[in-house]
Amino acid sequence: METRRDIFQAIADPTRRAILTLVALQAMTPGAIAGSFDSSRQTISKHIQILTECRLLEQELSGREIYYHINAKKMKEVADFIEPFRKLWDDRFNKLESIMKKYKSKK
Amino acid sequence: MERKTKVNAEEGKQDLVIVREFDLPVDLLFKAYVEADIVEQWMGTKVLKLENKKHGSFQFETTDPHGNKHRFNGVIHDFTPNQKITRTFEFEKMPFGVQLETLEFEKLSDDTSKLNMHVIYESVAHRDQVLKMPFAQGINMAHNRLQDIITKLK
Repeated sequence: METRRDIFQAIADPTRRAILTLVALQAMTPGAIAGSFDSSRQTISKHIQILTECRLLEQELSGREIYYHINAKKMKEVADFIEPFRKLWDDRFNKLESIMKKYKSKK
Repeated sequence: MERKTKVNAEEGKQDLVIVREFDLPVDLLFKAYVEADIVEQWMGTKVLKLENKKHGSFQFETTDPHGNKHRFNGVIHDFTPNQKITRTFEFEKMPFGVQLETLEFEKLSDDTSKLNMHVIYESVAHRDQVLKMPFAQGINMAHNRLQDIITKLK
């Protein structure tokens, strides 16, 4: 329960989104995930931990190896809820940015 | 494209934070909130009234695809050029209550800036209702990678 409040922060981080994107394709060991990034193992491990606490990632034991796979249900729940609202503002701000860039060059 | 706009809405809380960095000097970012004709362009609304001063008020109007007009308005409580706007915001004739908005404009470098928008709603239920509104209206979603994957999972 105590970690649920961080779920939106969890997906706001670009590295954690990259991890989710990666693991969505296939279940992976922590080593394989870390191997896909330039960051240190500890950094990636911390990201995985946060994603697991938010239940966006789930652990599965296969032999002696831990595999992480994506919790599709949880992902949809979060993304569907907030994404259109974020997109609305993103579109507005993109427009704002391009209008003001033109405005600047006109001067 | 990298998602530039971040929305942080913690579960069970009655506020949310919208953060965005711009490739614009802070004064130009601020100007986009002040000049009525510019606000109209990026917000996609008609500006009926916009008094940029303490105790000033504003009123905007949008027209939906069905031709219905929707108005919203608010009062400006604090107006510090290139730094901060504190204002209320209310959808007229809608049961969403009044929200309190703090907009902080921050200079990052000579050419970049950041907007931090903190919105407080009357209750958790009010906030979640507003969050779900674009979803209910079926606004087009961008097909970024994450979204693509989510679709495939369905």
